[in-house]
Amino acid sequence: MLDIIAPFFERLYETTGLNFSPFYDPYDWNRLLRGMWVSVELIIAIIALSLVIGVIGAGAQTSRIRAVRWLVAAYIEIFRNTPPIVQLLFFYFGLGAITPQVDMGGWYEPMIGSFGWAVIAIGIFGGSYNVEIFRSGVEAVPGTTVEAAEALGFTNFQIFVYVTLPLAFRFCLPALTNNIISLAKTSSLAYVIAVPEITYSLSGIWSDSVNVPEMMVLLFVYYIVLVAIIARLMSSLERRLALPGYGQ
Amino acid sequence: MTDFTLNRLTWRAPLLTAAICVASTVAALAQQTTEDPVSALGTLVIWIPFILKGFWLNFVMSVLAMAFATVTGVLLGFMQISPNAVIRMPAKLVTHLFRNSPWLVILFAIMFLVPFQITLPGGDKILIPDWVKATVGFALPVMANISEILRGAVMSIPSGQWESAESLAFSRRQTLIYIILPQCVRRMIPPWMNWYALLTLMTPMAAILGVNEALGNTQAAMEAAGARPEFLIPFYLFLMTLFFIFIYPLSIYTRRLERRFAAGS
Repeated sequence: MLDIIAPFFERLYETTGLNFSPFYDPYDWNRLLRGMWVSVELIIAIIALSLVIGVIGAGAQTSRIRAVRWLVAAYIEIFRNTPPIVQLLFFYFGLGAITPQVDMGGWYEPMIGSFGWAVIAIGIFGGSYNVEIFRSGVEAVPGTTVEAAEALGFTNFQIFVYVTLPLAFRFCLPALTNNIISLAKTSSLAYVIAVPEITYSLSGIWSDSVNVPEMMVLLFVYYIVLVAIIARLMSSLERRLALPGYGQ
Repeated sequence: MTDFTLNRLTWRAPLLTAAICVASTVAALAQQTTEDPVSALGTLVIWIPFILKGFWLNFVMSVLAMAFATVTGVLLGFMQISPNAVIRMPAKLVTHLFRNSPWLVILFAIMFLVPFQITLPGGDKILIPDWVKATVGFALPVMANISEILRGAVMSIPSGQWESAESLAFSRRQTLIYIILPQCVRRMIPPWMNWYALLTLMTPMAAILGVNEALGNTQAAMEAAGARPEFLIPFYLFLMTLFFIFIYPLSIYTRRLERRFAAGS
């Protein structure tokens, strides 16, 4: 791949001064690929964690125990109303300092690395939005549908899993898409704690090769393409799950 | 009923935040050894004015960025609904570019690509302080979103309004100013406030680029006080509490407005 495009970008650099170093320099090429890979991994992990938190939180909000409901409400308010970057630093430096170290055979490593903390911090941040999104989806399920399921002899748990959840998921899909896209963008915040995702690796390249404008273009293109892909995936999911009688 | 739940919501979250703060402070105190001259909490109290000074800059940046974003965003929104494709297409492009890129990337772009000083035609040189550039960097994504909010609000006005205005011989410009916009403003206020809150929560990112706002000052204070690890939790928690106290009433008020407008329409 690099062999094919390298001559073109080398000529481009020589003739116009536009230095897209990752497209002809093997070292920078590897940094770019690795950055993209880590970024995609990070985004998938963050989205997965935030979805799990969203479902659990939405379930806990319907709990009969008042303290549980309070805890979920407080969690939502705290994480939505404080700066995500401070949350990330708090998790990584504050909690990271008191997590136990693991013996790696001679040297010690923190149990959770910067990647892990980025997933945890941004995942919890995104989860606080997902709880509300799932809750509104569950509330949108018509009461008559649930009653019909009750009449058919479903238990409460069965109703939730087989009736409420599939419908709620469809209802909240548009809002969920928005939050997933916003989380994918927020993943760039992991730069702050030196997770080698795309923003971090490209900033490494531009401080080595002093080609900030070119790398900035690359970064914008990366995120716009990424968002377009996620939006496409989600809208095809939406179409596949569409129910007759709901929506257009 | 709604007011009742709202009131309950109003006090329980801050209460829990306070409880967590106290718990972690106790944890921080328990960690510390007796040899330390000043406790972590005592150090925090000494540095609070310095951090608050930084927070003032966060506030200034968020207000200026929001003002800039509102003016440019509304203009961009109008360009987006223009019937002229030459005006509409660039506006759509700009909106999509800034809506779909992360805050951090836009901030980097402004910080690194805008020169730190500009030369006026007369030969005078003007230095652009970092925080001004950061303000512009924060304004751009909000601008794009406000543009989109305006477009959405105009689209949500029933087409009957346009048609009846036309039958009353209003021009397009008059229809927009006297009929469509007054109805849009109401719909735009809650999302506009949400974006202000989000913008304020993003301003600490300026610390990455060396602006001396609340986060930068907190980190500087921890360094200056001896960079002991037990500072980290109380200092960062204090910073989170600071933002929480500022933003939480705002988001409660926004939700109340949203509910009132939803009930009204």
